[in-house]
Amino acid sequence: MSTNNQTMNIPALLKEAGIAGLIAGALALPLAGFNTLSINGVLSAETRFDWVIIAAIVVAAGRFIISFGQGTFLPSAGEGIGQLSAVVGKAITKNRNMLLVILLICAIIFPFSPMANRHSLDLAVYVLIYVMLGWGLNIVVGLAGLLDLGYVAFYAVGAYSYALLATTYDLSFWICLPMAGIFAASFGIILGFPVLRLRGDYLAIVTLGFGEIIRVILLNWYDLTGGPDGISSIPKPSFFGMAVFSKIGKDGLPPFHELMGIEYSGLYKFIFFYFIIMILALITNAFTLRIRKLPIGRAWEALREDETACRSLGINPTNTKLSAFAIGAMFAGFAGSFFATRQGFISPESFTFIESAIILAIVVLGGMGSQVGVILASLVLVLGPELVRELAEFRMLAFGGVMVLIMVWKPKGLLSGREPTIRLHAKPEAGDVK
Amino acid sequence: MEYFTQQLINGVTLGSIYGLIAIGYTMVYGIIGMINFAHGEIYMIGAFVSMITFLVLNMLGGIWLPFALIIALIMSMVFTSVWGWAVERVAYRPLRGSFRLAPLISAIGMSIFLQNLVQVLQGARVKPMQPLISGGFQLMENDGFTVIISYLQIFIIVLTVVLMTIFTLVINKTSLGRAQRATEQDSTMASLIGVNVDRTISLTFVMGAALAAVAGLMVTLYYGVIDFYIGFLAGMKAFTAAVLGGIGSLPGAMLGGLLIGLIEAFWSGYFTIEYKDVAVFSILVLVLIFRPTGLLGKPEIEKV
Repeated sequence: MSTNNQTMNIPALLKEAGIAGLIAGALALPLAGFNTLSINGVLSAETRFDWVIIAAIVVAAGRFIISFGQGTFLPSAGEGIGQLSAVVGKAITKNRNMLLVILLICAIIFPFSPMANRHSLDLAVYVLIYVMLGWGLNIVVGLAGLLDLGYVAFYAVGAYSYALLATTYDLSFWICLPMAGIFAASFGIILGFPVLRLRGDYLAIVTLGFGEIIRVILLNWYDLTGGPDGISSIPKPSFFGMAVFSKIGKDGLPPFHELMGIEYSGLYKFIFFYFIIMILALITNAFTLRIRKLPIGRAWEALREDETACRSLGINPTNTKLSAFAIGAMFAGFAGSFFATRQGFISPESFTFIESAIILAIVVLGGMGSQVGVILASLVLVLGPELVRELAEFRMLAFGGVMVLIMVWKPKGLLSGREPTIRLHAKPEAGDVK
Repeated sequence: MEYFTQQLINGVTLGSIYGLIAIGYTMVYGIIGMINFAHGEIYMIGAFVSMITFLVLNMLGGIWLPFALIIALIMSMVFTSVWGWAVERVAYRPLRGSFRLAPLISAIGMSIFLQNLVQVLQGARVKPMQPLISGGFQLMENDGFTVIISYLQIFIIVLTVVLMTIFTLVINKTSLGRAQRATEQDSTMASLIGVNVDRTISLTFVMGAALAAVAGLMVTLYYGVIDFYIGFLAGMKAFTAAVLGGIGSLPGAMLGGLLIGLIEAFWSGYFTIEYKDVAVFSILVLVLIFRPTGLLGKPEIEKV
């Protein structure tokens, strides 16, 4: 970097910082400078100029520190961090398999450790749902390169099909789960068939529109879905049809603790949920890792890289895309029916666009196509906001800000693993000259 | 017939608003090939700025109405443009030349950020405002059903026509417009022949934001209630309008906006109001399937 050699020009930096501050002031003036109050239905405004001044000063100071730092300490600090992360990254890649095994063992031990309580298990299940959704969407976005902004629609289809089947026909979770997956996949095919001929951005918007359509229908089809009231008292799964997780038996099934001959604890139900979603997520992951090595998975990756070339090689783009779309939808359907049984209550509120955005952000911020990146991004984007629930108002504000910052800082995602599964020549070593 | 005429007037008014927002989408898409997802939020900010301007003018004492309108128009255009500029500078410019999804994700993040910023600063409740322009012309009357075109609707339609004319002139006749069209065709080539590409792209965002601000002002006056969430749905519909008209094409955006407004008005007039958004999005899907380039768009040439 040549910035080290440049002489510092303090007045120019100050001027730049001043301009940044002025712009921040102009941005803040109308929105922060006046507070609108609604008193008895009549709006009035009161001034709040101190906020504007604070915003301007903070931005000006921040800008000055950054540009001053760029000339002095930031490049060396950046180099230091870069070297450190390179060393860590190398160590991780070397022991990758071992680390993953350790991670898996930790995840299995976790519910039996003293750390496990209702709250932590609930949080873990919540994060795992997003990990699973992330892995499912990764098939569509990461592998096949199809931008799907309406993934939550399939999640909703899965959730509502389980809720309706279970409450109307008294079917058990283990029968409904595959059915929900099939329903969601069929929806994927019905939607995908006409729109998958479209180019990336259009596809994004059509899927977004489709997600909204599903939500509006769920909201207004009162007879079937209960509209905004949603569906409540969705049954919990039994222990594979052998026992139930309550203190006393139900429907002729013994309670779980009697079946196992152990003390009763309310925690068993949560541990069971934890393992269901973990296994579902791991199935998704194993499926992805396996299918990447099969012809269809390779066709997806090839299609992602160059559609025209694929077509000239005899790959049918529509069918190939459709399969990716349907399989991704199927996993969303599984996750949806799990969500419905865990919550016991679902309503269209849970399936807004913001959910799709969060899932897509998990995939892209994690590094498209990277399975480990999805876990990392889920922890950052889902667990992070949950841990600061007290700051409810600022939660989503920070969420949006973090999304922009990560993209600007690392456009390829936290773990950029957008690499073909096979390559013709040996992979160059990380330290090699490019 | 009377009912039809009334819905037609309502539809054209609504369509003008969507059209003004759609121009922002279509210009940005044309020039840098990205969906500016935060554009709906820019429109929402425009609505808030104009509402606050009206409130401040009201506090300062009664001002002659046309004068107040002009001040609000200028204020919302200026401040919203700064927001549009800042969004591009912070969230999109560093990502130019990055892979295709990066700016879109950044834009979604920006959209969430702006929505929640306004919620934090101005509260989550809806903001009701006293109607400023009331009354209208009675066009016809039959069987007790009167067709009314309100002064406000006239104001919205006339203002849209004036702005569209100015805007078309700017794009077609000025050096800025030429620079924009050149950048749209080939930004590398444009920079080689001395077009300041960065500045042109910034100005595109500024112009889009200014038009969205006018749409925001119109909505504030027309519906009288705004909240921090209005940007999402309006943005979606305006984007639909841009795609319907052929994305990248300016007359297309206006035509698309008009059609979306009409579809929405007639659908809520003759069918169920709950499903009007479904109707709009279904139209989008149908257009994309049968005419992917939109009504006035040019087909794209696929290159290897």
